[in-house]
Amino acid sequence: MALLEVKDLKVRVEEREILHGLTLTVNEGEIHAIMGPNGSGKSTLSHVIAGKPGYEVTDGQILFMGEDLLEMAPEERAAKGVFLAFQYPVEIPGVTTMNFLRTALNAQRKARGETELMVPDFLKKVREVSKSLNIPQDMLKRGVNVGFSGGEKKRNEVLQMALFEPSLCILDEMDSGLDIDALRIAADGVNALHSPKRAMVVITHYQRLLNYIVPDFVHVMSKGRVVKSGAKDLALELEESGYAQYEDA
Amino acid sequence: MNVAVAKTGNGRAVSDLFTSAEGRLPGSPSVIAARREAFETYERLGLPHRRIEEWKYTDLRALVGEVLPLAANPDAAALKRAADAVKAHAIAGARKLVLVDGVFAADLSDVKALAAEAGFRTSRETLEKDAGLLTTAPTDAVISLNAAMATDGVVLDIADGAQLSAPIQIIHIATAASASAFTRSQVAVGKGARATIIESFVAAGAKAYQVNDAVIVSIGDNADVAHIRLMDDAPDAVNITSQFVTVGANVKFNVFNMTTGAAVSRLQGFFTLAGEGSELSVNGVNLLQKTEHGDTTLVVDHAVPNCVSREVFRAVIDDRAHSVFQGRIIVRPDAQKTDGKMMIRALLLSDEAEADNKPELEIFADDVSCGHGATAGALDDSLLFYLKARGLPEKQAQALLIQAFVGEAIEQIADDDLREHVIGIAERWLERRQ
Ligand SMILES: Nc1ncnc2c1ncn2[C@@H]1O[C@H](COP(=O)(O)OP(=O)(O)OP(=O)(O)O)[C@@H](O)[C@H]1O
Ligand SMILES: [Mg+2]
Repeated sequence: MALLEVKDLKVRVEEREILHGLTLTVNEGEIHAIMGPNGSGKSTLSHVIAGKPGYEVTDGQILFMGEDLLEMAPEERAAKGVFLAFQYPVEIPGVTTMNFLRTALNAQRKARGETELMVPDFLKKVREVSKSLNIPQDMLKRGVNVGFSGGEKKRNEVLQMALFEPSLCILDEMDSGLDIDALRIAADGVNALHSPKRAMVVITHYQRLLNYIVPDFVHVMSKGRVVKSGAKDLALELEESGYAQYEDA
Repeated sequence: MNVAVAKTGNGRAVSDLFTSAEGRLPGSPSVIAARREAFETYERLGLPHRRIEEWKYTDLRALVGEVLPLAANPDAAALKRAADAVKAHAIAGARKLVLVDGVFAADLSDVKALAAEAGFRTSRETLEKDAGLLTTAPTDAVISLNAAMATDGVVLDIADGAQLSAPIQIIHIATAASASAFTRSQVAVGKGARATIIESFVAAGAKAYQVNDAVIVSIGDNADVAHIRLMDDAPDAVNITSQFVTVGANVKFNVFNMTTGAAVSRLQGFFTLAGEGSELSVNGVNLLQKTEHGDTTLVVDHAVPNCVSREVFRAVIDDRAHSVFQGRIIVRPDAQKTDGKMMIRALLLSDEAEADNKPELEIFADDVSCGHGATAGALDDSLLFYLKARGLPEKQAQALLIQAFVGEAIEQIADDDLREHVIGIAERWLERRQ
């Protein structure tokens, strides 16, 4: 059974159809890259998978491990192993990152019928992961993403991914706003999480990221559809030729 | 006296309130005469209503209707229940002064430990001799009623230079249902002294009771004082408290009020900055649900130059609850270089929740920096979604954002244990929402 199956998905936002019948299948352990011009619907797809309100699914379905994902509340999806690293992570003043991480992790564990992680175990884990991602400890005492640089916000998303251990990771432009060193650190973090059980969907505009996170499949999205799929070389071709040939597909 | 009598015909029933209590009120004949006069003032005015400007949003005639008869002196069973409540609400390390249904309970209090560091008497003792405690400025109908009916309270005298080693916690406990407690206390802090005073209002099983409390505070020059009031009454109670505060020179005075209970509550604080160079910070949090009505009315009077006042107030309003904040800053003609600011934010958790803000600046000096700001809004959907996408169920996501919202006011409490205690009360309020 596929981990994620998006079938002929049609989505409207404020009366306007954005996704016009999108199909995508992701199996355990696979890395998929989604590329495509601005406004082609990449973030919309990721939001619908995560359960963001405001999107109306008019047709098609999304199955996660065979279950109807669209029937689940966002928090259920998270507990079941869906994780979206946001293109624009929000700032939450007054909620320390540490408190947020612990509350979220324990909420997910509770939903799965697992016991809460003991504080020392939790702290140890956070310390390990944040160290590997080059996130200073005092950043964790600040409000979630408050005053974080663009790159720090993205690293904070990867930190959460590492802590929550989801089975499907969707990374929406994780590379935007990262300098070359930060990009490498974040990509290493992502690669460290890659496992035969865990799949990644990497949304990006740049082939460069795919040098670090090497995809099994590359999909081209245009105007709310996947218009072409191929192996990793497709990303290189796109870098050369651009999206023009797909624009009126 | 039974409640049925209190409900019949206006004038006569109200008089019964006093005459039936008179025999139990402490005081020499001259004190009783002062009380009688205060009661006549109350009778003439009646409960405040919406046509009284200061009470425009809190119409006690509509919201409360009648004043319940004076609670009986607590018996052994009541004191037993109060003892359990003390255990539940005492702040670790604090010296407790306990009032049960408006009567000081020595056995539940830490009088000995306290007496080593501060002067202490009950208001009852004080009032036996002298009516001074009954006089306040300003006064209004509920304050007059309090002067007439006050049975007890605590009178604290913190000497010049005293550095209290532990906070003092005054715990008001209600055990009697459908009855009123009237208390009046006084706290005098000497020059250069350092103290933390906490007042907690809680119920020990009692329902539908009424509290009318008055506290008269004076802070000597160079003192450093924190005053925390935690109004965590039963959900169907009424709590009306009046604070009268005079601040000397070069003082640091931090006030924090939190309301997490009572069907109807009003805290009215009258602060006078009477000495130069002082910093007054008055912060508050109202957490209201169901049909609760919570009113915080503050008057900060800058009578002298060079003082700073800050008011940070947060209201979280759920269901059909109603929060009122009225803040007046007065700057007298001489009070140049005054820096007075107030910031009010309301978080509306339901479409039917209501917030009324009334800031007023009365500025008679020209070289001042004063201002106020107010916002009201709902929880941010994009933040809620982020938290849900990370696994938090709706209510838990809301709770985290609500805690962050009130955190800005609670953070002003410097003492770690005390802050944790306050956060604990806020968390219990949040749990009642689930
Ligand atoms: N809430 C919304 N209201 C109206 N239009 C929206 C909304 N969200 C997305 N859209 C529109 O949907 C289209 C797809 O947007 P989306 O953010 O999914 O694109 P994208 O492929 O992620 O683009 P980018 O590469 O710039 O991130 C755009 O035309 C956008 O304007
Ligand atoms: Mg996007």
